[in-house]
Amino acid sequence: MIKFSGKTVLNLNINGENLDVVVKPSDTLLYTLRNELGLTGAKPGCENGDCGSCTVLIDDWPIKSCLMLTVEAKDKKITTIEGLKNAPIQKAFVENFAFQCGYCTSGFLMVCNSLALHKPKANNHTIQEWLQSNICRCTGYEEIQSAIKSIINNEI
Amino acid sequence: MIPFDFEYYKPQTITDTIKLYHDLDLMGRKPIYYGGGTEFISMARMHNVYSEAVIDIKGIPELNIHEMKDNELIIGAAVTLTQIAELNLFPLLSLTVKRIADHTIQDKLTIGGNIAGTIIYRESVLPLMVADSDIVIAKKDAVDRLPLKDVFNKRMNLEKGDLICQIIIKKEYLNLPSIHVKRTKVEKIDYPLITMVALEKDKKIRTAFSGLGGYPFRSSKFEQLLNSNKSNKDTKIKDAINSLQSFITDDLHGSSEYKKFMLHNMLYEALENFEEGNK
Repeated sequence: MIKFSGKTVLNLNINGENLDVVVKPSDTLLYTLRNELGLTGAKPGCENGDCGSCTVLIDDWPIKSCLMLTVEAKDKKITTIEGLKNAPIQKAFVENFAFQCGYCTSGFLMVCNSLALHKPKANNHTIQEWLQSNICRCTGYEEIQSAIKSIINNEI
Repeated sequence: MIPFDFEYYKPQTITDTIKLYHDLDLMGRKPIYYGGGTEFISMARMHNVYSEAVIDIKGIPELNIHEMKDNELIIGAAVTLTQIAELNLFPLLSLTVKRIADHTIQDKLTIGGNIAGTIIYRESVLPLMVADSDIVIAKKDAVDRLPLKDVFNKRMNLEKGDLICQIIIKKEYLNLPSIHVKRTKVEKIDYPLITMVALEKDKKIRTAFSGLGGYPFRSSKFEQLLNSNKSNKDTKIKDAINSLQSFITDDLHGSSEYKKFMLHNMLYEALENFEEGNK
């Protein structure tokens, strides 16, 4: 049986690297990424699972890191925005002007990257279904949809 | 950030889990079972729940089963809503879970958590109600398989330390004609104004609802009136809705009158769709 009590050194696989980090069982993954590992690409927004700005990939599926305990991520593959190195979706966001203030962008990028991976032939309904997990207060939804569609249709 | 500390346990067997819960409870640690954790973390952040010992149930193999076996679909309580939707072995359940919270949350939210959680809507229980599902519950001294209708009345009626392990649906129910409709106040991602599932078996329509009142329900009186021999659909629907008169409540999502209006339209369309399918 796995048990964590108090502060513990946990080895996490993040962006292809195995990193040791000190965590408490009550730490959320968002807290650990930002405050213990300096990976500030995942943004704190609502911290209630509503806005999606803290989205990361766990075993390639999007997860809101504010609603995951760090200890749950043991033995999982964690990918943050820092781990997307020149992914096609990043270029697509630039070319489609898919951001304004940029606060929601890393969350949207992670969702879109996972969508392209799991549903390379996603239709409009599926795209909207996935994108509804995230909120853009600048309301740049059309451009974000254009970006993901350009990836899915292999236009770049 | 969660404003209190706790210990985290991840047992590998049902027996260890039940024993651990009761041992921790005896020590006054206020143990809590942890599935997807979405409700626990969001409520803990707001001081609405407290525990000194969190027991993560995702390491138990029986709770991660998701397969057909002996003409039954078995879904472990730790299976996520996304896994259910992707495998799509019970299409009515898949449609229902795809409209609970949002897609990313569905990657984390478990079916056991949705059924046993404190949020009143518990929409994933609706298809299980109309499909006469069974539920496997681990108790202190035994593991019981029980009809869902015997343990779900407004909410899961569990004793302290009981653990939902599996949900079992007979194969004959999985691909029957069915309908899922969810209406919300404004946004697509929201708690329901009304969520309705309907399933046709032996030429009778079964229905279950969430959002109309304070808990999910299936009503035999309602179904009897809806399936009456009256030829006029409007009359049948009005009779059926009248049987729920005192149950339909006003809330932030809509007045009881508005809900009745919406329900009438939803039922009318559902009956037409079933009729169309039978032609």
